[in-house]
Amino acid sequence: MSIEHANAIDAKFGVGSATATEFRDNKRLTVPVEKIYGILAFLQLQRGFDMLCDLAGIDYLGYADATDRYGIVYSLTNTTTGERLFVKTFVNDPDPEVPSVVDLWEGANWMERELYDMFGVKFQGHPDLRRILLPDEFTSHPLRKDYPMRGYGERHNFPTVTRAES
Amino acid sequence: MPLEAVASVDETGTDKEFLYTLNFGPQHPATHTTLRLILTLDGETIVKAQPDIGFLHSGFEKLGEDLDFNQYVTIVDRMNYISPVANEIAWHHTIEKLMGLEITPRCKYIRTILAELARISDHLLCVGAVALDLGGLTAFLYAFNERERIYDILENASGQRFHPSYTRVGGLLNDVNDLFVNQVRAFVKSFPKAHGDVCRLLNKNKIFIDRTEGVGTLTREEAINRSCTGPVARASGVARDLRKDEPYLAYPELQSSFKIVCSNGGDCLARYLVRMGEMLESANIIAAAIENLPSGPVNIGTDSKVVIPDKSATYRSIEGLIQHFELFMWNRRFETPVNEVYGANETANGELGFYVVSDGSAKAWRARTRPPSFIHFALFPHLIEGHQISDVPAVLGSLNIIAAELDR
Repeated sequence: MSIEHANAIDAKFGVGSATATEFRDNKRLTVPVEKIYGILAFLQLQRGFDMLCDLAGIDYLGYADATDRYGIVYSLTNTTTGERLFVKTFVNDPDPEVPSVVDLWEGANWMERELYDMFGVKFQGHPDLRRILLPDEFTSHPLRKDYPMRGYGERHNFPTVTRAES
Repeated sequence: MPLEAVASVDETGTDKEFLYTLNFGPQHPATHTTLRLILTLDGETIVKAQPDIGFLHSGFEKLGEDLDFNQYVTIVDRMNYISPVANEIAWHHTIEKLMGLEITPRCKYIRTILAELARISDHLLCVGAVALDLGGLTAFLYAFNERERIYDILENASGQRFHPSYTRVGGLLNDVNDLFVNQVRAFVKSFPKAHGDVCRLLNKNKIFIDRTEGVGTLTREEAINRSCTGPVARASGVARDLRKDEPYLAYPELQSSFKIVCSNGGDCLARYLVRMGEMLESANIIAAAIENLPSGPVNIGTDSKVVIPDKSATYRSIEGLIQHFELFMWNRRFETPVNEVYGANETANGELGFYVVSDGSAKAWRARTRPPSFIHFALFPHLIEGHQISDVPAVLGSLNIIAAELDR
């Protein structure tokens, strides 16, 4: 099934735009980051994937056989047929950037903010790309693999705001 | 940070200086959990709502990369602490999918019963808390009386009332006893009466209906576009339920015993009615499952090398002892495929999914949670704009935001 989607994408975006794999019942496509926005728009409008179910970020620093650092997985769902498709793309340091899909799926808004917060991957065109879970003063991106489990002690160095200053 | 809301309102026009900024939370009785809203008001009408979350962020997903698949279940418990056992079942569902394990029929049925009890427990809290915030204390008491009985069942099964940590890779902590079966039977028998009491208190209550009908309306297209799942989506007419669409556990065999509850209303009242309807369907599932509870082992065999042997095997047989140590030594534990998998369960709040990346060891390389509360809370500014400040508890309650899951 994921082959059909891959063939449709290849026909529209050029051969080799999508690589299809499957594991258990997960159908996955790997696509280059330059074409990710076009492919996601194509999947939404032409292939019926009307819901962005989840957006997962992965840091592959030190992972066996990994060639790229950050993986971003868009979990798409077709709410009519119940079909799922996982579209994966990779970005790299020093300037990891992906086009935002908020104009396709409004639900991506907070998910992209969380991914930016945790991994520092920027979403171009996002309407409000701020940290969401961590405070604005926080400088690191804690789900990166080079961030230690116990942190760098940021919590102890937050500025103290007195009532008079607030 | 609190000044940002004012600054962004100024952009829309300098003549709007009459707008008033109200800070709602993080410690407010009507939020129930720790979340903060910056409301911009025109009189009592909400012009803009800006959620500020993260007060309970405690790095659960980072911990998921440091604890093994059995240890992390205690953390997963604390995400949606209203129905913790459903989170555990979803987590181990994903891990078993990753490892390609097929759990025993008895385990499937027990997990199904517990997942449905958790759903009832969650919906009871949600319904009770909405009623409480809108002035109906009695319904809350009836709801909590039933939740107490669910806690008793969990206590008997796992030894803990609130955070049971009951599931393990390939099975459960221990098998259930006869008392469990009797308790569940008694619960299923008496629950419709309590459900009817809550219905009679709220369904035709003029105050309750006036304050929920037409409030926070979400259309079907918006619900899909904004990634809604669970009762929130079903109340907007999205007939999607993973128990029907992607049956897992014992649901394939129990399909005839339940229906999907949907509504086209999309407002707070519709969400309340969908939750009330789902509870009765859950009770039907439990009734069917407990009468068809298969016999046999609750864990898959120890020769699979993934199940913790029970204590008698550990102490009395060399194989059990070896297996125990294999699973508890830091450098041994599980062997997993080097791959990644997404698994999701239909929990009370919506689709609770885990995206697990494995590097072959016993720990997840990445344990991404798809938290329904987080995704539903993103709806809140959209739902509340144009409503009165007194509608905030109604909308918040109908979305059933659990801050521990929201922030993780």
